[in-house]
Amino acid sequence: METIPVEHGFILAGILFCLGLIGVLTRRNVVFVLMSLEIMLNASGLAFIVAAARWGHADGQVMFLMILTLAAAEVAVGLGLIIQMFRRYQTVDINVLSDMKG
Amino acid sequence: MTLLFYLAGAIAVIATFAVIVQTNIVHALLYLILSLLAVAVIFYVLGAPFAAVLEAIVYAGAILVLFLFVIMMLNLGQHTRDQERGWLTARMFFVPGVMSALLLGQLLNVLSQVGQDIAVSRVGVMEVSALLFGPYVLAVELASILLLAGLVSAYHLAKR
Repeated sequence: METIPVEHGFILAGILFCLGLIGVLTRRNVVFVLMSLEIMLNASGLAFIVAAARWGHADGQVMFLMILTLAAAEVAVGLGLIIQMFRRYQTVDINVLSDMKG
Repeated sequence: MTLLFYLAGAIAVIATFAVIVQTNIVHALLYLILSLLAVAVIFYVLGAPFAAVLEAIVYAGAILVLFLFVIMMLNLGQHTRDQERGWLTARMFFVPGVMSALLLGQLLNVLSQVGQDIAVSRVGVMEVSALLFGPYVLAVELASILLLAGLVSAYHLAKR
């Protein structure tokens, strides 16, 4: 049986998470911010699957399913917010949302 | 199988990097699909075929098609691409890049002390479903309530 070092899987998940973090911090287009959030959620799911593979359990896959559900709900609400924002401001620049009242 | 893991990992990292530096939004979406499919291959290699199939169907299929529909609805054209190009300078990447590199360095420092090997054993649909409808049945119910709340709020937010 071939083996894969478990830290390589975790390192891959960490690299993907940090790339997503850079995307969230850098981009001003709100659609790109939401896509980077998806990358980060996916990286955490990958970490769960790697841990599940290490111990040969199915529990990690169950947690991945929960993350998948969370990502689906989050993206539906986020895209609804983007549509509403575009209707109100005619732009996807996230900086126009910085003028709060009250 | 080990080679496939590293190959798919390299593709995932390169495609994800292309997503965060891309100015054309549809190209970025296609790179994101490539990255998610590469991660699905990794899941398969790690002995989680059910998670791999769900990754391809739900992430690459459903969620990114939702993104595509919204991009079509917003009708972001050449104007947005030029605007993106103006925003996305190398200087903007500097501080977030350094901070994320520090975080990644800490992660690598912690993770390099694990030092164990994965002996890949297949954990199929049957084991996962037995857990989902056994000890985790409450979590499944809560996930369904979360999806229902997401549905209602997305309908309410996107309504005129």
